[in-house]
Formats: sequence, structure tokens, C-alpha cells
Amino acid sequence: MSLYSRRVMTNRIGVGLSMAAMAFGLLALLWILWTLLYNGFAALSWDLFTRDTPAPGSEGGGLRNAIVGSLLIVGFTALVSTPVGILAGIYLAEFGGRSRFAAAARFVTDVMLSAPSIVIGLFVYALAVETVGGFSGWAGSLALSLIAIPVVVRTTENMLVLVPGSLREAAFAVGAPHWQVSLKVTLRAVKAGVLTGILLAIARVAGETAPLLFTALSNQFYSTEMSMPMGNLPVVIFQFAMSPYDNWVNLAWGGALLIALLVLAINVIARVLFRKKSSD
Amino acid sequence: MPPPQENVEPEAILAVRDLSFYYGEFRGLNKVSLDIAKSKVTAFIGPSGCGKSTLLRTFNRMYDLYPGQRADGQINFHGSNLLDHRQDVNLVRAKIGMVFQKPTPFPMTIYENIAFGVRLYERLSKSDMDARVEWALRKAALWEETGNKLQQSGLSLSGGQQQRLCIARTIAVKPEVVLLDEPTSALDPLSTAKIEELINELKSEYSIAIVTHNMQQAARISDYTAFIYLGELVEFGSTSELFVKPKNQQTEDYITGRFG
Repeated sequence: MSLYSRRVMTNRIGVGLSMAAMAFGLLALLWILWTLLYNGFAALSWDLFTRDTPAPGSEGGGLRNAIVGSLLIVGFTALVSTPVGILAGIYLAEFGGRSRFAAAARFVTDVMLSAPSIVIGLFVYALAVETVGGFSGWAGSLALSLIAIPVVVRTTENMLVLVPGSLREAAFAVGAPHWQVSLKVTLRAVKAGVLTGILLAIARVAGETAPLLFTALSNQFYSTEMSMPMGNLPVVIFQFAMSPYDNWVNLAWGGALLIALLVLAINVIARVLFRKKSSD
Repeated sequence: MPPPQENVEPEAILAVRDLSFYYGEFRGLNKVSLDIAKSKVTAFIGPSGCGKSTLLRTFNRMYDLYPGQRADGQINFHGSNLLDHRQDVNLVRAKIGMVFQKPTPFPMTIYENIAFGVRLYERLSKSDMDARVEWALRKAALWEETGNKLQQSGLSLSGGQQQRLCIARTIAVKPEVVLLDEPTSALDPLSTAKIEELINELKSEYSIAIVTHNMQQAARISDYTAFIYLGELVEFGSTSELFVKPKNQQTEDYITGRFG
């Protein structure tokens, strides 16, 4: 066999193997999506949004309390992690430089990024549940914030480092102090990227279950009281999916579909936003 | 008898004395001394990497942003040394403005691009600020093109317009000196001509120092020219003299295109 035809063969085998690997991954993904859509849409109804989670043995029911609880918990998470994450990201990119403190902060952020979420849940349990003597929506938000903040910090920093030095110099050249240069010029130059980071962080925490198990727990009743245990979609799915009641399992599928659609929507928005901004 | 007008020494706005500059260990400038004349245009020419931009960037302490860069010597501005570490660099930069090689509009509206710098040092009413923005845009010969779209993003302008916006932004702060770091090297010939015309108009009110790659440009627009080579000031004098009868062989070789 000539050297050339050997190369052609090797190429074919390589391409074939990588196609097979891709097909395997895609198949698994489509299978999950199909199962979710099939069972989820069957569970979709107005009751899902207007009625609360049913007691054991009762008929029907919905997810109103869990949906509202999830929105509150995730909403407060976004409220906390956005400013904290952005400011920390600005510090790392614009002020920290190669200082020891900045290097340590970067390292801790990276560790937090890959920390198992159940560990963060346990930590918040010890910090904000045991000490106050009860599960609460606040504790849930705190746990989710600890997961979201590192994501926001890292994306903010990574975006800011990409800002061309000439723009930063230009802002300094009109006599602006450093903090104004950072907040009003460089951050503004990358706001689409930073916003994308925030959205992706929210998408990430929207489906987190483990940290909420120890913190917000769950609540069978409708409640907007953040200092009490609070219903939320991931924990309801976790409890209902393993139950013996058909309507509970059904609701779990409905909840799973809602979360998946939410995350999908956030991702699409983030992409559209990023593409629109980076093209001009 | 008429007074001898030709030999009157121009008033210096910046007096550079024995200025050396270091990038870490590397010396980028060696004992440079020259005057930047008030209300005149002074051009720095020389091959790439000779130190002309480095010299310009010492005037507004731009090098301060980068640890490891430092300057020795004196740059006297109204009797105080700009290189003194007690100088408030933000104030220095408001007095000595800078325009860069590539247009760098801020990611905000045309109006805000100009108002941003003004707001740092002056508290103006809305109508005064409007007037200042218009004044700066007129000065930069940009009002005709942008007066009716002040709320558009500065990034929506063409390259030449963006550069004039940067000039407007710089003079809006009312500096005394304007530093131009190869302001036309990223622009087409038409935009370049406009900027050159602008420089000519601005020099009555501002002292201008310009770095340029383009010797014809230096000859066209400057009153004084400094030729810098390998970190040394080789020759400095009135533009007409330096280009017509250079005293130094290296200068002559450079301006006649024999090297660089």
C-alpha cells in the first residue's frame, strides 16, 4: 500500500471514529430530550400553574408553590450574585493584577467553580440553617449564590481582560480615575459578555437540587415567606419522581420540563444577546 | 529699525531635561532634552521602536499604568516637574490630553463620549454641557456630521469620524497640551487631510506634540521637528531647517529615505 493511500485510510478511520463518538453523545442527548418532552407535555396543564402540590393520596394538583418558590429563590440569588460577582471580577481584572491576594482569590474561585454543589449545601446548612434553627428560602438563595458568584466573577474577569489596552488608556487619558475607567468604560464595553455570564450562572443554579435539599427544603403549601422553608421545583421533582403516586410522578415530569425550558430560554437569550453585541 | 522677530525664542510649555526612560532593564530613551513650544506643533519622527511614542507617553504619565516602566529626569510644566511622584496624574492628564493611533471611542453615545471627560472636572448644567459638546464637536469639525445624531453610539461613526470624536473629546476637557500619537496612521487619505487641517486650526489655542511615521506629514503640519533614533534625540530644530538642511548625517539619511 502506498504512503498516500495509507494516509487516506487513516483519515477515513479517524473521521469515522469521531463521527461515531459524536453520534453516541447526540443519541443520548436526544433520548433524554425526547423522554422529557414526551412525558413533560403530557403533564402540562393550567393546573400546573394554578394549583399547589397535592398531599399524599389526593388527586390532581399542580406546582404553583414550587414555581413561585423557585422564582423567588433564584431571583434573590441573581440579585446577590450579580453585584458581588461583577465587583469581584472587576477587582481581579483591573486592580488585583498579579498581587498575591488576587492570585489567591482566583484560585479559590476556581475551586468553588468545581466544588460539588452538595458540599456547598452542607456548608450553608451548618452556617445558616442549624444556627437559626430552621430551613429557609434565604438559606436556599445563599447556597445558590455561592454557586453562581464564581461563575459571574470568572466571566466578568475574562471579558474585561479582553478589552483592548488602547481603550483603557484612552479613558485614563482624559483624566478619569481608575474606578470610573473600570465602571463606566471598560465594563460598559463588555456588558453583553458579562450579562451572558450572569444568565448562564442563573441557568446553572436554576436546576440545582442538592444545595436546596439542605437549605430551602420544600414546602407543600404556597408561601412567599423567605424566612420559612420554601417549595421549589428541583426538590419537588426529586421527591415526586420517586413516589408511588401516579399524579406525583406526572407532576415531576411537568416540573422537569419547565426547568429544561427555562434553562433553554436563558441560553438562547444569552446567545442572541452575545452575538448581537459582538457583531457591532 | 524693525525689531528682530525671527530670533525670538518661543515660549516653552513643556521643558524636557535629561529625560531617560526604562522598560524594566531596557533603556528606551537616553538623556533627551527639548522644549515643546507653546501654541506650536512639534513633531517627533524616527523609525519604528526609536522611542518617539515613549517620549510622548511620558508627557501625560501614561507609562504609570504599567509597572516596570519608569522615567528619570525632568519635564517642567508651569514650574513643576511632571515626573514627580507627588503629581496628581489625573489632573496632569486633564491638562495634557492625548489622542491615540487607533480611534478609541468609548462604548457610549457621541454626546456621552464628550461629556464623560468634562464631567470629571466640571459641574455643568444641562444647557452648559450641551453648549460644551457642541463647541468641542465644532472645534473638531464634526458638528456638521453628528449634530443631529448625538444620541447614537460613538462606535457607529466611520474611522475618520471616530478619530475626530476622540480629538473633540480631548479638547472638550480644555487641556493646554494635546498629544497625538500617530493619529492618522489608521485612516484613509481623505480623513488624514481633515485631521491635518484640524491640527493646523487647533494650534493657535493648544500646544501640540505629534508622533508620526509619515515625514511628509511632519513637514506639512509641524513648526518644529525632533528626529529620534535608538532612544537618542539626534536633531531638533525648526521643521523647515531640519528638512531642508539637516545638520546631522543620520537625520539626512533618514529624511532622504536611506534607512528607516
